[in-house]
Amino acid sequence: MGRIEIDETRCKGCGLCTTACHLKLISLTREINVLGFTPAVTTNRERCTGCALCAQLCPDLAITVFKDK
Amino acid sequence: MQQVFQRPVSLKDVPTHFCPGCQHGTIHRLVAEAMDEFGVRERTIGVASVGCSVFLYGYFDVDVVEAPHGRAPAVATGVKRARPDSFVFTYQGDGDLAAIGTAEIIHAANRGEDITVIFVNNTTYGMTGGQMAPTTMVGQKTSTSPYGRDHAKDGSPIRMAELLAQLGGVAFSARVAVNTPKNLMDARKQIKKAFRYQVEGKGFSFIEALSTCPTAWGVTPIQANERIGGEMIDYFPLGQFKDTAQWKPQPPPPAPVEQPGALSFPEFMNEI
Repeated sequence: MGRIEIDETRCKGCGLCTTACHLKLISLTREINVLGFTPAVTTNRERCTGCALCAQLCPDLAITVFKDK
Repeated sequence: MQQVFQRPVSLKDVPTHFCPGCQHGTIHRLVAEAMDEFGVRERTIGVASVGCSVFLYGYFDVDVVEAPHGRAPAVATGVKRARPDSFVFTYQGDGDLAAIGTAEIIHAANRGEDITVIFVNNTTYGMTGGQMAPTTMVGQKTSTSPYGRDHAKDGSPIRMAELLAQLGGVAFSARVAVNTPKNLMDARKQIKKAFRYQVEGKGFSFIEALSTCPTAWGVTPIQANERIGGEMIDYFPLGQFKDTAQWKPQPPPPAPVEQPGALSFPEFMNEI
């Protein structure tokens, strides 16, 4: 299985990762980060497959992906 | 757990100044990945243009020359001729390359300079406030075309990738998009191919990347991304328009030949 880490201080809340995740595990929070945006957060983390499509679409490289090999 | 996605070495670990949802960041990453793949970072000289891509020197861990507005291909020509061993790429927006720099790009391409041009097309002048660019779609509202671009008055958007593909000096010309994972994977392949042309000294290579400008378009990043898939790809089709070096696919490595009577490894270990 996989795991993603979203760097909240880099995320600008564009939401492109939410469209990339086919399991819809990523959503935007209502809390505001240091940049003044509402960053993305993950829900149901145990279902993440580590496909890294969210990280591929992220323009700000805020997502790091780990996967069991 | 093993890290399967990380920042390319050629891209500095700094936050970018781009607006939320701007795909400059994605295209920067693809270019940096291509640089890492060919191992040319130490001898790369980038040429930045005027526009949002102007801060290239802050993001790429390579040497960068700052060119006057639109003149990046001319500057890149000089750099490449003075230092033929270096790897030279320009990174330009549509207001820079397709408007003020049309003469430079067409003549650099026609001379067949051994450089790579990354052209980011977001159909507007993003940095200066969303004015109409030569690539603006017919009917698109911008700050200088508040009633939409009028075909009778302003003409039609320029398709640069097709236009340059007609020139004899151009070795490779392709248009890519990074709006969906599938298009992004394809974009990565095409950018690597364009870099390979220069690494092997096969001539001028050109990549047009469709990009969003949510701020100047006045839409959300997700709506902007959808506009690429709908309206823009219809007018700016993706694909290769010129590919002169037809590299043959690498043959698969030969399968290991089984020696008759040879012991397998565990058997061998038991023997000794």
